Amino acid sequence: MEYLIDEKRPIFVQIAERIENDIIDGELPEESQIPSTNQFASFYQINPATAAKGVNLLVDQGILYKKRGLGMYVAPGARAKLLEKRREQFFEQYIVPMLQEAEKLGITIEQLTEMMQRRVKAQ
Amino acid sequence: MSKVVEVRNLTKAYGSVLAVNRMSFSIEAGKIYGLLGRNGAGKTTIMQIITARLFPSSGEVLVLGEHPYENSRVLSQICFIKDSQKYPNGYRVLDVLDQAALFFPHWDREYAFALVEAFRLPLSRGMKALSRGMLSAAGIIVGLASRAPLTIFDEPYLGLDAVARGIFYERLLEDYAEHPRTVIISTHLIDEVSRLLEHILVIDQGRLVLDEEAETLRGRAFTVVGPEARVDTYTAGKELLAREPLGGLVSATIMGNGNMEDRKCAEELGLELAPVSLQQLIVYLTSEPSTRKAVEVR
Repeated sequence: MEYLIDEKRPIFVQIAERIENDIIDGELPEESQIPSTNQFASFYQINPATAAKGVNLLVDQGILYKKRGLGMYVAPGARAKLLEKRREQFFEQYIVPMLQEAEKLGITIEQLTEMMQRRVKAQ
Repeated sequence: MSKVVEVRNLTKAYGSVLAVNRMSFSIEAGKIYGLLGRNGAGKTTIMQIITARLFPSSGEVLVLGEHPYENSRVLSQICFIKDSQKYPNGYRVLDVLDQAALFFPHWDREYAFALVEAFRLPLSRGMKALSRGMLSAAGIIVGLASRAPLTIFDEPYLGLDAVARGIFYERLLEDYAEHPRTVIISTHLIDEVSRLLEHILVIDQGRLVLDEEAETLRGRAFTVVGPEARVDTYTAGKELLAREPLGGLVSATIMGNGNMEDRKCAEELGLELAPVSLQQLIVYLTSEPSTRKAVEVR
């Protein structure tokens, strides 16, 4: 599973992102238990302390919570919270670079809109 | 957190050569450390001093709070696996495991035999008849099954193929999770082990050049590429690791301060940005400035 993790960014951030994605996709529903730190460590072949750091990042944000003696669970309202955060990032992460590249290639806004509509129709 | 090893102002001289030059650091309990550096940097010397195989010229080493020399209480808590391990004549794999069982108070016999199977080691073969890779595997098995509170692996993988190295990393993580202990891995295969490490010590020419948490380092260094004037404006006052002209452009690698601001700033200047892996960062830290080349940008 090593290819899932890249060495050029903090690994705990990548672990947190993977848990976030699973919550957004519904793989990890609210009130469900997430894998233990040691399970993450063995799956991704990373140090358990690093895995714990990723999980704790989401605990601090109220996305996960700890049930004493049982483990970590997805907090109620976590998905809505994550969707809101990701939508805020969408503009910076996708729209801005897309417009920069479009400008470089001489693609107009009208052409861009047409491309997006074509894609939506094809699906 | 309690300290398993404390090294204070340690120096080891061989004639006029300083293999270890006034080095100080400590190893905290329950973490996996990477001791990284080039060949001849002084890694093995340090480990030999910590494990009481070598006397320092000056300075002090405390292991589990005590001096390790001729101290069986301390030495029984340490397992040191090195690639040049010698075995008595006539010793078979089985004899090595039996000896280890007598020496290490936390030895797990069942686990040792499970590892023998995983590494496909022939139990009754003489140590002298083992291939280089099998010899390394035997060392790794002793290191893992000793469950020693301080386990040190000095380049433990010589001759091991990629599959067996994979088994080593996997079993180490698994067993460490179940039986937390302090592990030091000395290696130059940084890319392979870096994700197992919690803390990193980098040494170069007998000096400690880096003592930091692995996660803090990851992604901290990066390379910027752009027109010379703009790159120089950007890198002014920053820790420059490498600088190289690239046609009409300049590529510069810097050690960031860890926050995202300096990256934003680079993007605003219109500089192209590429992250630097831990392995690349350590190459920068341990190579001569003249041979340092900035990493390629995609």
